[in-house]
Amino acid sequence: MTTAATESTGTGDGISATTSSRATKVLGWLTLAGFAVLVALAFAWVPEDTRITEQGDVVGQFDAVRLMFVHVPSAILAYTGFGLTFLASLAYLRWRTDWWDMMAHASAEIGVLFGVLTLVTGSIWGRPTWQTWWEWGDVRLVTTLVMVLVFIGYLAVRRIPADVAVKARRSAVIALVGAVNIVIVNRSVDWWENRTLHQQSTLIARKIRDETLFTLSFSFAVGMVLFAWLLLHRFRTAYLQSQIEELEVDEALEERRAESNMQDGYP
Amino acid sequence: MFRDAWLIAGKDLRIEMRSRVGLNQIVPFAVTVLVLFAFALDTDQEALRTYAPGLFWVTVLLAALLAIGRSFAVDLADGAADRLLLSGIDPIAVFGGKAAAIAVQLVVLEVLLGAGVVLLFDVTVHRYGLLVCAGLAAAAGVATAGTLYGALVAGLGVRETLLPVLLLPVVAPVLIGATRAFQDAFGVAGAEGWAWLGLLAGFAAIYGVFGALSYGALLEEA
Repeated sequence: MTTAATESTGTGDGISATTSSRATKVLGWLTLAGFAVLVALAFAWVPEDTRITEQGDVVGQFDAVRLMFVHVPSAILAYTGFGLTFLASLAYLRWRTDWWDMMAHASAEIGVLFGVLTLVTGSIWGRPTWQTWWEWGDVRLVTTLVMVLVFIGYLAVRRIPADVAVKARRSAVIALVGAVNIVIVNRSVDWWENRTLHQQSTLIARKIRDETLFTLSFSFAVGMVLFAWLLLHRFRTAYLQSQIEELEVDEALEERRAESNMQDGYP
Repeated sequence: MFRDAWLIAGKDLRIEMRSRVGLNQIVPFAVTVLVLFAFALDTDQEALRTYAPGLFWVTVLLAALLAIGRSFAVDLADGAADRLLLSGIDPIAVFGGKAAAIAVQLVVLEVLLGAGVVLLFDVTVHRYGLLVCAGLAAAAGVATAGTLYGALVAGLGVRETLLPVLLLPVVAPVLIGATRAFQDAFGVAGAEGWAWLGLLAGFAAIYGVFGALSYGALLEEA
């Protein structure tokens, strides 16, 4: 990295000015196409969720069930993002390379994005289904909220102007503590209310329709491609950012050197 | 190592004794927050009595932010932190000492605020043993987590605003556990107070170990 910056001092040559590559273009188009298919499947193919009780009443989530194809993959992507941040932070503390630091930063940002999306879609789904926007008695809901808040704090630290190595080390410790904390928060909130409104293991119990199960699995796949696409772009943005900072430092050094040469009487 | 930790804690507490910032500013702040809660919740004694445990602990957490911020601000002045680093004291001892000093301040604050809650919110204590143990365990938990996060933000330009954002979500389990234990001790809800004490002790233990282990890496460049 240092050599690349030295070669390109002052001009910016040698650094790709785009975050796009053939791989990301393929991933981007795959995401778009997958999304189009997902929308078609979710609205046209999957039937609305209804059951008829023994008394003959029609119950279920009706059209709200379709939100699941955004909500569940978002939650999985949020936890994937935070998990990746945790691993990258561990790796950073072990090897101390910028690569792992940027990876931790990029994945945390994507984690927060999908964490917020999870909370918003969950709220919208909860209104018709649970008759409330927010339910304090639900463990997963409250845990996810606290987790998003912890990582918003993490991103706040990342935005502070400070020495790169100092910031990277402190961010890594915050990410590790934050990830461990999720377990404690989860347990304590569980004991706090000791009840959950969330449906337990719908997938394992096979209480789910085949169309819904297929669409849900498909939405996981689309989500993963989207995640990879975002991660690549975000990582490359972080890399370009670090290159700009190095260039600026080099330029400042160059100016100071010119100044002192002038003062010493050497042109 | 214990002797070094003892020295650090003694130093921090001596500074507090002499400057009286805690007594003259943090305690009045905490009492003011209690009064504001009373204004916010109406003149209804019954509501205040019911929610007294939660209000008490929210107040302690807010005041703890000030105490933690102050503990690290003192070290930054006049390059004291650098000299602490040069003194060759084991980082684990520094962590233990600072956490112990903050915990002692929190316990003093809890005692004063506890008297305030009894007087202003009209609560009666049913289980003194539980009250004391929960107060100590929660102080230890907030102090260990607070010392870790205090060191994390120390020396960064915007630490006053950063510490609350980072620390408050992390100590949420302490708020839950301590509130539940106090509800039991005050007899306002039939929660299993001693079980919640376990959560508080576990939290303090986890953050004690984590803080002690990572403190060296944080001190090294502070």
